[in-house]
This record gives sequence, C-alpha cells and structure tokens, in this order.
Amino acid sequence: MSFPRFAWHRFWAMVVKEFIQMRRDRMTFAMMVAIPIIQLVLFGYAINSDPKHLPTAVLSADNSVFARSFVRALENSEYFHVVKQVANEHEAEELLAEGDVQFVVNIPQNFARDLMRGDNPAVLLQADATDPSATGNAIAALNALAVTALNRDLQGALAALQGKPAPFEVRIHRAYNPEGLTQYNIVPGLMGVILTMTMIMMTGLAMTRERERGTMENLLATPVRPFEVMAGKIVPYILVGYIQVTLILIAAWALFGVPMVGSVVLLYWVVLVFIAANLAVGITFSTVARNQMQAMQMTFFFFLPSMLLSGFMFPFRGMPEWAQAIGSALPLTHFLRMVRGILLKGNGVMETLPHLLPIGLFLLAVVAVGLKRYRKTLD
Amino acid sequence: MTDGDLVIDVKGLTKSFGGKVAVDGLDMQVKGGEIYGFLGPNGSGKTTSIRMLCGLLTPDEGSGTCLGFDVVRQTAEIKRQVGYMTQGFSLYADLSIRENLDFIARMYGMDRRPERVDESLERLGLSKRQKQLAGELSGGWKQRLALAACMLHRPRLLLLDEPTAGVDPKARRDFWDEIHRLAAEGITVLVSTHYMDEAERCHSLAYIAYGKLLTRGTVKEVVEGSGIVTWAVEGGDLYALAARLRSLPGVEQVVPFGNVLHVSGSDAARLEAALAPFRAEPAYRWTTANPGLEDVFIQMMDRAKDSYS
Ligand SMILES: Nc1ncnc2c1ncn2[C@@H]1O[C@H](COP(=O)(O)OP(=O)(O)OP(=O)(O)O)[C@@H](O)[C@H]1O
Ligand SMILES: [Mg+2]
Repeated sequence: MSFPRFAWHRFWAMVVKEFIQMRRDRMTFAMMVAIPIIQLVLFGYAINSDPKHLPTAVLSADNSVFARSFVRALENSEYFHVVKQVANEHEAEELLAEGDVQFVVNIPQNFARDLMRGDNPAVLLQADATDPSATGNAIAALNALAVTALNRDLQGALAALQGKPAPFEVRIHRAYNPEGLTQYNIVPGLMGVILTMTMIMMTGLAMTRERERGTMENLLATPVRPFEVMAGKIVPYILVGYIQVTLILIAAWALFGVPMVGSVVLLYWVVLVFIAANLAVGITFSTVARNQMQAMQMTFFFFLPSMLLSGFMFPFRGMPEWAQAIGSALPLTHFLRMVRGILLKGNGVMETLPHLLPIGLFLLAVVAVGLKRYRKTLD
Repeated sequence: MTDGDLVIDVKGLTKSFGGKVAVDGLDMQVKGGEIYGFLGPNGSGKTTSIRMLCGLLTPDEGSGTCLGFDVVRQTAEIKRQVGYMTQGFSLYADLSIRENLDFIARMYGMDRRPERVDESLERLGLSKRQKQLAGELSGGWKQRLALAACMLHRPRLLLLDEPTAGVDPKARRDFWDEIHRLAAEGITVLVSTHYMDEAERCHSLAYIAYGKLLTRGTVKEVVEGSGIVTWAVEGGDLYALAARLRSLPGVEQVVPFGNVLHVSGSDAARLEAALAPFRAEPAYRWTTANPGLEDVFIQMMDRAKDSYS
C-alpha cells in the first residue's frame, strides 16, 4: 500500500481556492485591514492624551511654609488636583488602591528643617501607574517643578538653595506598573496583539465554515491530505498578516515616531513564524470546534491570556510565577520581546533567535495537535 | 476491469448515529460497467451507505472492497478513483463555475487542465456562464454542475446521490443517456434516486428501508419476486370506490393513476375474493395489470414498517 504523500498540486488547489474566497469576502478583507488602523488610532489617541487635574492626595508630616508652597505649586502646574489631605499611610494606600486618587504626595517629617540645612530631603510621589500614559506627563512636570517651586520662599540666607540642583528630591514610586510602559512599547506590542486576534479569528473560521456550508463533504471526498488543507488555508492569510504588519509599522513611524533601530528585514522574517503560529492555532481550533460560534469563543479564550499574560498589559516580571509560566508558553510573550528588541534596541539575529525558538516550537506543537484532531471523515 | 468483476463488494456494513442504527448489515455487490440503482424511502440509509463506500464514514461493523481497495483502510486510494456527487450542493458557492472545476482538476492533479475544464463546460452547456458564481445558479443547474465536477477526473466508479433531484425532464434524459454512455465505456455507476422511471433504466436495483436491504436484482426480478398482484379499474366514481376498497381484507394499496385505479395485494387469492363483489358491478371495468416498481416499493415499505419500527 502506497502511503499518500504531500502533493503540491493539491496544496496549490487549496491555496488558489482560499485566495479567491478571501478576495470575494470583501467585508472580512476590509475588516482585516481596518482593525489594525482603528486599533492604532484608538490606542494612539490614548497614548497622545495629556490628562490634567489628576486627583491627588497629600500626606504631610510637616506643616511648614515650604510644604504648603510645594503643594500649591503642584496645583498650579494643572496636572495635580489635590482632593484630600490624609492623616496616615494606610488611608493613602486605600485611596490609591481604589483608584480614588492617581497620586499620593508624601512630605516627610522635618522636611523644612532638612531643606534649610541643605540636606536635600526627599518627597515621595506614589503614582498609580497602571495606565502609564495617564501619569507620564504629570510625573515629568513634577520633576521640573521641584527646581522652582520654592524659589519664592527661599530668600535671604536661603537664597543659595535656589535653582539647580533642586533643593529637595522627588522620588517616584510607580505602583502596579514598575516598568512604566511607553508608547514605544505599546506600538510594537499592539502589532503582536492585532496579529494574534485577527490571524486566529480568520483561520478559526476556516474549517467550521466548510462544515457549515456543506462543502466539507466534497472536500473530504477528494484525495486531499490534512496537512495540505492546513497549509493551503494558512498561506493566503500570511499575506494578510504582512499587510497588517506593514500598516502598523508605517503608523508607528508616522504617527508616533517609534524609532526603528534594528533591521526591518529581520523583523519581516521573524514575523513570519509568529503569523504562522497564530494561523495554526486558528486552524487547530476550527478542527475541534463544531461551529463558527465555538470557534469564535475559543479564539477569545486564547486571546485573553495572550493579552494579559504576555507582558503587553502588565509588566511580565511583575506577575506571579504561575502567570509567568503560562505567559512563557504563549507566542505573543516572545514576540513582544523580539519586536521590542529589534525595533527599540536594535537587536540582531543572535539576540533574536532565543525568542524565535519558543515560537517555532509552539508552531510545531500546534500543527501536530491540529493534524491529530483533523477529521478525515464525517463521523 | 473486465465486465463481471465486482467493483463494489461489501458485507455487513453497519453504521449507527448516537445509538440509532442508520444502516444495518448492508451487503452489496456491484459489477463493473453496471448501472446500479439504489432506492429507499427518506431516511432509509442510502446516503449513509454511499458515504461508507467512499470512505467518508467509517463503518461500525462490516468489511469489503470498493474498486479492489479496502473500504476501511484504503480510503485514500478509493477517493482518487471515485467520483462522488453529494446529495446537497457541496461545491463552493463563492467560486465561479470555472473556478470550482479548476479546483477539482487541480485536486486530482489532472494534466491539460484548461482544456479538460473547457471540454467539461462545453458538454455542460455552461461555457458562456463560466464566470458566474456557482451559488447564483438555479437548483437544477447546480445539480448539473456538481455532476460535471464529479466526472471531471474520469473516475472508474461514480457514486451519485440523487443526482437528478430538481432537474428538468430534458436534462434528466440527457443525464441518463450520458450515464448509459459511460457505462458502455466500462464505468460503474451507483445511483440513488426516488424516481421510478430512473429505477427502470438501471441494470440492477437495491431497495433499502430502515437501514436494511429488502430486495435486489433486475427490475423484472424485483417485481416478480415481490409476489404482488395488481388490478386496474376504470369508469364510475373512482374516488368513492377507492374509499370502499381500502378497508377490504387483502387489499394493500389503492392508488389512482389519472382515470385508472390500481388495486394491489400480495395474496392473489384473498385479493381476488375481496374484489369479486365489485367486479360484478357494471359501472366498472376491471383488468389485471403489471404491478409497477412503485407498487412493489410501497408494499415493501409498509411491510418493513410493520416489522422494524
Ligand atoms: N451525521 C448524522 N448524524 C446523525 N444521524 C444521521 C447522520 N446522518 C444520517 N443520520 C440518520 O441516519 C438515517 C439515514 O440517513 P440517510 O441520510 O442515510 O438517509 P437517506 O436514505 O439518504 O434519505 P434521503 O432519501 O432523505 O436522502 C436517518 O435516520 C438520519 O437521521
Ligand atoms: Mg440521502
């Protein structure tokens, strides 16, 4: 008995068919192009925003003129709006945790005394940095403010303390988000997130659509092999993935001025593995799912942990170990490191390979599961 | 393949869906170059049987060969040489007529693909509409396209599941002429149908009900084997007569055919005794008739219902 092997003509038959169907399905095609643009504009808007009058609580252990001047200077900067004076650490933490205030300003005991002695006392600013774009500008303003805030109070003998370096230090503690993601981080991350979502969704519907439209019976009656079907359904969408990558890169550069330190050619190569991995996840889901609805649900089931545990939403190192373990298995996690490395740090092939390898392994594993689950009969 | 060799030879094919038996111990032998009609009421298991023959369903029990290949283990080989036309339209609605045929031609790795597709379109009479989407075709044209598609790769065996459902009479006749031409070339055809005139154009027939094969043979063998006797009656108020006849012992079927009523039963003596008083009535003219296939099948279906359901 001859073992039926991979045949290019059958693979090619699938590719041509999928391309034609993709082209005819205008709505889906438009969505695949529109999603990255819409997401980028939405995120970009959030990134570019410069929120002011952020609710701030003051925990002052020093009731001096200097302390009061500093608080007034905060308000004058327009970034901070002091909503409450709190009496103790505990109360401050509660406000921060519940999101009632964005900042807590901590003025230490003996602030005035140390200041006058020239001991350069430290004011602690605790920031709820879960949304770094919300706090970034305020924090930047605060550093500038420290230099000049007390100029009016520092007269006479104290005049020597004016100006640079600032008479006191501002220490910033970014609660919840120590890495303080910036737009540079978000745009490459967004590339991974958008690819994950759209790629899985596209192929997730691939097999279920054949089943629901009744075309599966005809397809199964031909001598086509499971791997030929999978590969034939993946290839056309790789092109779509590349269109999305290109759109995102252009936007990242044009709208947000994200630097591209590394090689874009290298980026295009490594993206291929990531796109293929996600497409394979979609195909595998759709071999398991009974209908398109189930395929969609599975897509979201995969998408959420990808988004949450990959380091896109929360800094990877800040997560508990079990979450890091799950995150390490997800292709998006490695993709984020890889893309940030290439775009922002100018990483080359050698630095990129360690991140590419896990994605490649993931791809192989998923294809293996998909082939095993592929039903060659209608049973 | 010489005439007389068995192209399909299966024994005891059985398939259940969720505990419900759809096909129960099907034996089937189809000779090379034969047109084999597969008949049976809705839900009797025809489609399920055909799917088992071409490897689309794995039988729960039973074994056999199709084109000399094992129906359980060598499905890949079977698929390459079988043309299967599904009961429902299963080509791509969003591909044009030509693109669908191209897809099939590529799948089977056919050489001279454009010419073969052209020929097929020509024969189908769809050359001018080849760019039209398959989903936009009328039901009958969809059927004809599907038929052309399953014959494109020159299979040695055609499995056709109700290929002429919804097809107009002229196209149906053309189709049957084509089938006979193919059979003459040595291609074997298994065709399921609900049309009696089509059944009569088959070399052999099998009748299945409730998943069980009830009879098989040539048309003549099937009719004679059924033991049915039919009387035809004309004249008078046939509608009223039919109502009176239906309740008689020995009368199993009373079917109007235009101005003639067919009265059948499987026990000739009982039927004759029951009809005797009516035959004396001068308003009606009674003659013995040849029972049709339809009478035979309906008879068998009723009997099967009593024993299996
Ligand atoms: N995939 C399936 N899942 C569950 N039950 C099924 C499936 N396919 C068929 N059946 C059942 O098996 C039985 C036989 O169905 P099948 O389609 O083979 O009948 P058929 O003879 O082709 O009928 P028709 O003349 O209406 O086409 C039916 O009772 C049907 O409900
Ligand atoms: Mg059927």
